[in-house]
This record gives sequence, C-alpha cells and structure tokens, in this order.
Amino acid sequence: MTIVHRAAGERFTLEVTLNGQRRSGQAEPRMLLCDFLRHELQAFGVHVGCEHGVCGACTILVDGIAVRSCTQYAAQADGTDIVTVEGLAQPGALNEVQRAFAKHHALQCGFCTPGILCSVTHFLRETPEPDEQRVREMLSGHICRCTGYASIVAAILEAAATMSKGA
Amino acid sequence: MKPVGFDYYRPQALSEAVALLADKGDEAAILAGGMTLGPMLNLRVARPRLVIDISRIQALKTISVSNNVVITGAGLTQSEALRSDVIAREVPLLAMALPWVGHFQTRNRGTLGGSVAHADPSAEIPLALVACGGTVVLQSRRGGRRIAAKEFFVGALMTQRRPDEIVTALEWPRTRPDAGHAFTEIAQRHGDFAIAAAACSLRLTKSDRVEHLSVGVGGVEDRPIAIDVSGFRGQAAGDIPANLSAHAASSVTPMEDRSASADYRTALTKVLVERAVNAALDMARLQRNRL
Repeated sequence: MTIVHRAAGERFTLEVTLNGQRRSGQAEPRMLLCDFLRHELQAFGVHVGCEHGVCGACTILVDGIAVRSCTQYAAQADGTDIVTVEGLAQPGALNEVQRAFAKHHALQCGFCTPGILCSVTHFLRETPEPDEQRVREMLSGHICRCTGYASIVAAILEAAATMSKGA
Repeated sequence: MKPVGFDYYRPQALSEAVALLADKGDEAAILAGGMTLGPMLNLRVARPRLVIDISRIQALKTISVSNNVVITGAGLTQSEALRSDVIAREVPLLAMALPWVGHFQTRNRGTLGGSVAHADPSAEIPLALVACGGTVVLQSRRGGRRIAAKEFFVGALMTQRRPDEIVTALEWPRTRPDAGHAFTEIAQRHGDFAIAAAACSLRLTKSDRVEHLSVGVGGVEDRPIAIDVSGFRGQAAGDIPANLSAHAASSVTPMEDRSASADYRTALTKVLVERAVNAALDMARLQRNRL
C-alpha cells in the first residue's frame, strides 16, 4: 500500500522546499498550508485573509503554480517546492515586478501584495506580453481595498514590458 | 476558520482510493482541488470524519480522444484543460466555459471532476457537460458505470454518485468542423457564481436551417438543465434566437435567493439564451464558410 494516512489530531513531520531551502515542521491533518508556513516555518509574508479562497492574500507558488494556501492542507504539500513572497528576489533586493509596484504606488497597506506578487510571477511566465484585459482577469482573483487596482495594473504592464524587452 | 479534525488519506492509485471508499465512503469526503471542499471544511459546513485526497493520482489527469468523444480525467485542473489544444479543438464549448470558472488562481487547482461531483447549480463545467450531451464516468469496487450528465445532476449539490463511488472521468462528444458554440453568463463580478448561464451548440444546413441544436441553462434551476429544443430543429436560423429564448424562459422553473429573484432569473434566461444562440449561429456560419 502506498496510501499516506494521518489520523485526526496526529502530529507529524512535514518536509517541503521553501524558497530554495529544505525545511521541516510539525502539522496535523486539519492544519491549513498557510498556517503551517507562518507558524511552523515563519514565512510571515504569507498573509491570511478570508480563509476560504476568495480574497487571494495567501496566494503562493506550489511547484511553480500560483494557488491559494488557505484551501490546501499542509499534509497535501508534503515534498512540494514552495515559493512565498520572501523567495521572489534576493534578500534586500527587488525584482522587476516589485520595482514597478514601488514606482507606481501599487500598494498602500500591503496586505494583498505578497499574494498578488506570487500570482504575477506565474502569470507572466505563462503570459509574457499580456494586455490590460488579461492582467485585470488575473487580478480578479485578488481583493485590494486600497489602490483601486489601476496602479497595480500599470505596474504589472510596465514590468511585463521591461521583462520581455530584457529577455 | 479552521476545519474540524479529520483523518487524512492520500492514495496514489485509483484502486487504493476505490478500496478506501468501499470501506469508509459513508463518512468520507473526496478532496481533489479543494476549491469548494476546502472552504466548506474551513467554514465547518462540511464535517467529514475522513478526507481522501486524490490530488496525486496521476491516472486521473489524462486527456484521451476516441472516435466520438474526448475523455478528460476527473483530476485534470481547469487551467490544464484551458491550455489543452485537444480540448480547444475538439470540445470548444468546454474551452469557452472555462474562463468563466473562478479565477486564474483557483483554476490552477480546481478540477473538472471536482466541479461535476460537487454539482453547484450555477457551476459552468456541469452546464457545459449537460449542454453538449456528455457523460460522467464513475468507479467503485463493485465496478464502473457511465451516466448521462442530464441524469447525473439530481438537485443542488446532489448527484447520482453513491458514497462508495468516485468520478474518474468525463466524456465530451467531439465537435464537428461546421458546428458553432457559445457560452455566456451573468454574475455580480467576473469569477463569482453565475446568477444565470447559457450554453448553445448548433449546426446549420447550406440553406441556413438549424440541423443540430442543443441549449443548456445553468444557475436558474437547482441543477443545469438541457432545454427541450425538439420543436426547433429544421427551422430557419433567423427565427431561432427570439423564438428559442422565449421558449427557454417559459420552460424554466427558476430558483430564488439573495442574489436574484425568480423573475430576474427568468428574464436572464431569455437574454442569455438569445445571446448564446446568436453567437453560436455566427460561429457556425463562419465555420461553414471556411469549409
């Protein structure tokens, strides 16, 4: 049998690659992946908003794919390669998208920003030259109550243009 | 919120999942992408004793093509389906429905089979499956069975799936080169649950008469429904949109909830069916002229 079984309430050790490093922590079956990343691995850039997949604040990259970490359980992520906002650029540096966000004032309180930056990373890899409509469709999966989105859209479009020119 | 405690099982093979369901199906929830079950667990609307995570069963992630149908594994994510050339070419109606499903981030994890098994009345994938005359494939230790999508959906969140069965695949009839398709919906915001949705597939004769026709409506009744269009086959294409949309609006028994009244859903049925039929006619004419 290759069935993984974790009993309710059972504490078990979970291993993931987090931002390029092998890390492990303790989880139980009902633990949300976002809570595991924050409480066990101190990845505090994972923001927890609605806890039911609507707001987008907890969006991270699992094996390169932008997904919610609140509607996935830690147990499901065993052995996966996870990137959070902390892993998008070298410590102390900004990547192209982050630079454009700063330039265009694409954040105010910053609560939604880590999730958006993770989404954009996957989105621009798949869609290197998006038009505004595509950017807005992608952003529909994130709720920002500060900016009104216009500055976020401008930042993403500029980052995309700079990156595809560089590539 | 955090879910109530549950036993977690992650089988790697379909046979293992089926064996688990045979033993414990009554108290189990099947977890695929978790885009619906996750919120239900977190909000404690669902409190299963165990969760069977099928997200790593590779055999459920395939797309295959036979003579008449495209078979999509139940575990295929909505994003994978949206990127598939085979689906774009052979099942355009599904490809048209998918951009309406949730958001980029939820489609990356949500699955085709999960949406069908969950059976939300307003969900797009079940509507596309009903509208194109597709089939749901189920497996249990007792054997496999296939159920026409029109019969599979029984009511809101209710299907013919038995507790020991798992949805393994969906069968989608392959389109014809001269067919036209359309999918449209109204929601409060893009990506929200549809208040109403309509899907249409049709073909035209050289003399512009409707040869093959199917129309489905979602979000209006407690399950996606196929409109009875038997009286419209053979009619002149120009008469179809107005007549058929009036017929659809008079044949539904709409739900009422906090997002829309029954009257509004009836009005949307008329508008959306007319739009879908018009768009499908445009596409069919374009396709016919290309051949």
